[in-house]
Amino acid sequence: MLGNVRTLILTFLHAFQSRVTVQYPEERPYLPPRYRGRIILSRDPDGEERCVACNLCAVACPVDCISLQKTEEQGRWYPEYFRINFSRCIFCGFCEEACPTYAIQLTPDFEMSEYNRQNLVYEKEDLLISGTGKYPDYSFYHVAGVGIPGKERGTSEHERPPVDLHTLLP
Amino acid sequence: MVTFHLDGKACESRPGLNLLQACLEAGANLPYFCWHPELGSVGACRQCAVRQFSSPEDQTGRVVMACMMPVTEGTRISISDPEAAELRESVVEWMMINHPHDCPVCEEGGECHLQDMTVMTGHHTRRYRFTKRTHRNQDLGPFVKHEMNRCIACYRCVRFYRDYAGGKDLAAFGSHDSVYFGRAEDGTLENAFSGNLVEICPTGVFTDKPFSEVYTRKWDMRGAPSVCVHCAVGCNIIVNSRQETVRRVLNRYNGEVNRYMLCDRGRFGYGFVNAPSRIRTPLLRVDGQHVSVSEQDAMAAFARFVGDGKIFGIASSRASLESSFSLRELVGEEQFSTGETQQAQNCMDLARTLLQSHPGHIPTLHNMESADAVLVLGEDVCATAPRLGLALRQSVRQASFHAADEANVPRWLDEAVRTLGTDCPSALYILTPAPTDLDEIALESSRAAPDTIARIGFAVAHLIDPTAPAVPDLSTSDTGLAQRIATLLGTAERPLVISGMQYGSPALMQAAANIAAALARTKPQAGLSLSLPDCNSMGLAMIGGVPLEAVIDKAVAGEISTLVIMENDLARHLDPVSLSELMNAVPNVVVIDHTASSCSERADLVLPAAAFTECVGTLVNQEGRAQRFFPAVVATPPVRPAWRWMTAIAPHCAEQKPRQDLVNWEHEDDIMAAMGRGIPALAGAVNAAPGSSYRFHSGKIRNETSRMSGRTVIRSHVSVRDQPPPPSPETPFRNSMEGTYGPDLPGALIPYFRAPAWNSVQSLTRFQQEIAGPLRGGDGGVRLLRDHSPSQPGITEDVTTVYHYGADIPPPFLPRNGEILLLPETRLFGSEELSMHSPPVVARSSPAVLRLPETDVRPDRIELRIQDVSYLLPVQSMPGLAHGVAVYPAHMTIPAFAFPRLVPLNAIKPDHTDGGAS
Amino acid sequence: MTLLALVGIVITPLVILGLATLLTWVERRLLGVWQNRCGPNRVGPGGVLQAAADGIKILFKEDWTPPFADKGVFVLAPAIGMMTVLLSFAVIPLTFSSSIAAGLNVGLLFVLAMMGLGVYAVVLAGWASNSKFALLGGMRAAAQMISYEVFMGLALMGVVMMTGSFSLRDIVMAQSGLWFVLPQCVGFVVFLLAGIAETHRLPFDLPEGENELGAGFHTEYSGMKFGMFFIAEYAGIVLVSALITTLYLGGWQGPILPAPIWFTLKTTVLIGFFILLRAALPRPRYDQLMALGWKILLPLSLLNIVVTGAVLLLHTAG
Repeated sequence: MLGNVRTLILTFLHAFQSRVTVQYPEERPYLPPRYRGRIILSRDPDGEERCVACNLCAVACPVDCISLQKTEEQGRWYPEYFRINFSRCIFCGFCEEACPTYAIQLTPDFEMSEYNRQNLVYEKEDLLISGTGKYPDYSFYHVAGVGIPGKERGTSEHERPPVDLHTLLP
Repeated sequence: MVTFHLDGKACESRPGLNLLQACLEAGANLPYFCWHPELGSVGACRQCAVRQFSSPEDQTGRVVMACMMPVTEGTRISISDPEAAELRESVVEWMMINHPHDCPVCEEGGECHLQDMTVMTGHHTRRYRFTKRTHRNQDLGPFVKHEMNRCIACYRCVRFYRDYAGGKDLAAFGSHDSVYFGRAEDGTLENAFSGNLVEICPTGVFTDKPFSEVYTRKWDMRGAPSVCVHCAVGCNIIVNSRQETVRRVLNRYNGEVNRYMLCDRGRFGYGFVNAPSRIRTPLLRVDGQHVSVSEQDAMAAFARFVGDGKIFGIASSRASLESSFSLRELVGEEQFSTGETQQAQNCMDLARTLLQSHPGHIPTLHNMESADAVLVLGEDVCATAPRLGLALRQSVRQASFHAADEANVPRWLDEAVRTLGTDCPSALYILTPAPTDLDEIALESSRAAPDTIARIGFAVAHLIDPTAPAVPDLSTSDTGLAQRIATLLGTAERPLVISGMQYGSPALMQAAANIAAALARTKPQAGLSLSLPDCNSMGLAMIGGVPLEAVIDKAVAGEISTLVIMENDLARHLDPVSLSELMNAVPNVVVIDHTASSCSERADLVLPAAAFTECVGTLVNQEGRAQRFFPAVVATPPVRPAWRWMTAIAPHCAEQKPRQDLVNWEHEDDIMAAMGRGIPALAGAVNAAPGSSYRFHSGKIRNETSRMSGRTVIRSHVSVRDQPPPPSPETPFRNSMEGTYGPDLPGALIPYFRAPAWNSVQSLTRFQQEIAGPLRGGDGGVRLLRDHSPSQPGITEDVTTVYHYGADIPPPFLPRNGEILLLPETRLFGSEELSMHSPPVVARSSPAVLRLPETDVRPDRIELRIQDVSYLLPVQSMPGLAHGVAVYPAHMTIPAFAFPRLVPLNAIKPDHTDGGAS
Repeated sequence: MTLLALVGIVITPLVILGLATLLTWVERRLLGVWQNRCGPNRVGPGGVLQAAADGIKILFKEDWTPPFADKGVFVLAPAIGMMTVLLSFAVIPLTFSSSIAAGLNVGLLFVLAMMGLGVYAVVLAGWASNSKFALLGGMRAAAQMISYEVFMGLALMGVVMMTGSFSLRDIVMAQSGLWFVLPQCVGFVVFLLAGIAETHRLPFDLPEGENELGAGFHTEYSGMKFGMFFIAEYAGIVLVSALITTLYLGGWQGPILPAPIWFTLKTTVLIGFFILLRAALPRPRYDQLMALGWKILLPLSLLNIVVTGAVLLLHTAG
């Protein structure tokens, strides 16, 4: 009984505490850089698309809302199309975690409401940004063994030049 | 059976296996790289280390390579032993020292044996801080992509390519960690089985180039158990698709047929299903032009044509049983043609009769591998039935196996067996008009015209069994050859005679059957195999029908008002004159096909049919095995299986009696049941695969992996609303990631191979009863031809029946002046109709040339007159071609010609620059 | 006089309805205040038009009657609920003179009768909905409300005995010296609890019981029919608060400020208290609710009558 009275008093006293509600949109909350909002595709420091169409984001997605098709240009893999159905996305960030090239990243932007659900289907043009996002220095092709225009085989990090098979030296 | 102890647990195993096989069969996860069931063990990769104890008391034991140790009674080994496990982990670690950081852009990723094994050993962190070795890649042609950085030097590729498939142009170069697997210089891999490198290579050094163009990961593709349609061998394949397009073809193990390998035509010939030459809408001829019309209009036109009454149907040897039979039901048995010329049909019927009456064994491809003496009689099997050629390549190793058994060397100890085999003579005789790829491994190969070969064959039969007809006036050299062959076959236990209808010669097949029958008197295992041209030639022979010549006669007599041509390009069977005669005599020509052809261009109505990747169908291969293919892609209307056009039209002409049955057909099952009633010889075909009502673990089988991605987005650019997966009432499959799956699936219904911890094709071991044995759910397909050999249990044989030897011995062929015997040159790439719509196969095919014997060659080009049409053909000499014989690839420039035929040759002076056909 | 009475009859229900509607917003704001939130503050100044927005919204909602429901009764039930509450206000004296029938000599009995009829609304709604949740809610409501009505009436007997009249105006007048809340403190507590139970407000809202019964007796209701239940509930709060003010807190009486202000002030504080209860207290189990009623409150109210009677007898004797 007294406990109930105490509860009443304590609850009543909450009236004099400060509000936790943030008066969005007049007042904007601070979102940390690793907030999981709108998904983007970033570019590597050379300005090329980072995505190599490995399909790992698509397979990591628990709601299966990512789809893409690989295409290739001079050894470099690209997505021919890259589609995210944001009306299905649950912003879990698994795609970002799965991405081996830091291409797919979640951003602190969440203002993407639409009146028409069809508008929530984002294509590659909608997703691709011009910068590197959270990882300014990483370039997958400078680490990977494949050769691309501007980076010959055997010139990646920690690589020796290609073996000369015609040499007789051991 | 022997019992061995694996980590303290008693396991049953077969004697003669190596420990690695025994462990895998016992269900244990033991990593390996260089071992392959077909290639044996060489102990190159050091990955399958286990600890072996000498006795129950032995606590120390020693670490051994499991693949190099035989399993014996009481063997005690430990996989989980810490030292062995550490060794396995460090082996992977040093393999990964040079392995590049490029799994995301590797086509093997997700189905990579190296990935699986790395996870299995537990290696996860790179400790090595120094540089990686790199290599330059080679352009290996249109089929295979090369990425040498990924190599782990297991030597599987060269062992397969050189030792197993007989290739010459892939080798290991260099030493220590610079070892390089490739060609001496860039260029196309020449072997007909180069595509298998994709599956043989445990990592991504060799990958599928056409697949890379439309790449998607293994887990993202729907798989459909299917059957190759590019020759009559009937190799089992898996067709992978995504977004309703076919992406690739993979080998599907069938212990009886193709086992682990496919030929390149089968692996890369599927391109026609995606090609622009596909017919996607009904086409109606209006004012001489084809216009695409709606399904209703097409149906109305079809009904109008069919309702005319005087209707005739032409089936095809590349159409499924279902389609051919439903056409027969639509038009009636009397008005049904096989779509073959009289000559071809005679050959097909003869092949069927000979196989049916053969008193010995009708070998499967796997049986052929263990034949200890083989005679190839007038058939270039490497071109007409490439996978069969590969089986024969293995058969010549029988002698080395026997030597190994005598020397007490296990057969899987590959290097030792091959060393022993260098002294073992081959037991392969090849008698063909033109050189073949198998000549190099033959004991003796001899060149002659088909008739001469047939005569030698008859003589061999007579030598083995004197009651067989004798050959008069045989030349001395031929008699000697016949003697040698007869002696070799007579001493073998499992002799095999192979022939076929490549050269359109019934005498050749009859001679082969005579030899096989003569052998079968004393050797029940004596085998006969006859090669046929198309994937359903045998099935069509079983359905039967009138030949094309009879159709032309009727058409000219005005007895045909509507001709329904189903999945058949008549230009490949009839010469241009006869074809024009037929087409002009028939007012209405309806073509039902999936690919545009010269025939469909002349049709009044073209109806789009589903290709083999889009429907269910049953094919009968040359050994009489009925096998079913299932759809990987959902056919989008108006494209539908050819038989669906028949059933759709049936109600519009219900007044005709034979069509009654069609109206009631709803599913493929109904057709098979009706066919069983109508054609008793094909009654067994219903069991080619479980029917649509089959349920695995009381559910439909999923044909997509459980981790198929993109379900809610893949078509959201069209509409964001979700669609249910397309239904599949025809099949026991569900076009979805939800459904049942497991290693006990019936062999005919395995949509893809995957087992826990085994994502690569190596997961196959989990699906087999015993490694390299039959699948756990049974190998697919059902034999329709009766096998008389006693090894088949349950078949009681009437031994008293006397075999009637064929006695139709042709006169000897004599070369003539000014005329030459023109024979078709069958090519691996170029001769087969459908694969020539596939871009990589087209890239591999070379221009057609007329090949003449070496002595005859004079000019660059020759004018060839066939039926008043003259063709200017480039000429090349072919060393070893039989005298008086010329070969030319049929269909490549000349549409079709009857063969064998004698043609006059007019040499054109080198300065003559007129091009092409005149 | 008659004209004035007619105007009162028209105005009173409208004012009550307006108050009840406004109260839906006030409650949400107050709940927000006590939960460190803001509550609805977007529509109009401070969110005051939220109630209007909700009203418009609920009017435009589909007025759906389930096909399996007993249609006549289904429609009738919310009307009964609304009507009984509104009729009760007839006898509430805002001031000495401003009331429709505050002088009614059986005023208190009239209020009790109307509250008794109010049970029908809930029970019929639960029954007519022809659905399991609604029926269970209705059953609970019937048991709960009938039980609490018993000692609600008994608790009031103390007040009646002290006044000697059932007229609410007389009761207020009788408190000019001392508010009954002091001499009748036991009756006050019992009546307060019974009032909460009668209006099935939290923590005694077991007939609704969202987490186990969906929405209880009004599970199947939507649109304005649901709105009527909703408004009736808030009107009920106003009624119970006004009753407590009248019966125990001296009605309009108070120093300095004019009479209507005092009445409104007291009622408002009580309404706030009701809302605070909702913000603070969890819902008891159903058996606890019944046990509280029958084993504690009933004996207490009986005791209250006996003691009050005894004291009164002593006084008159003395």
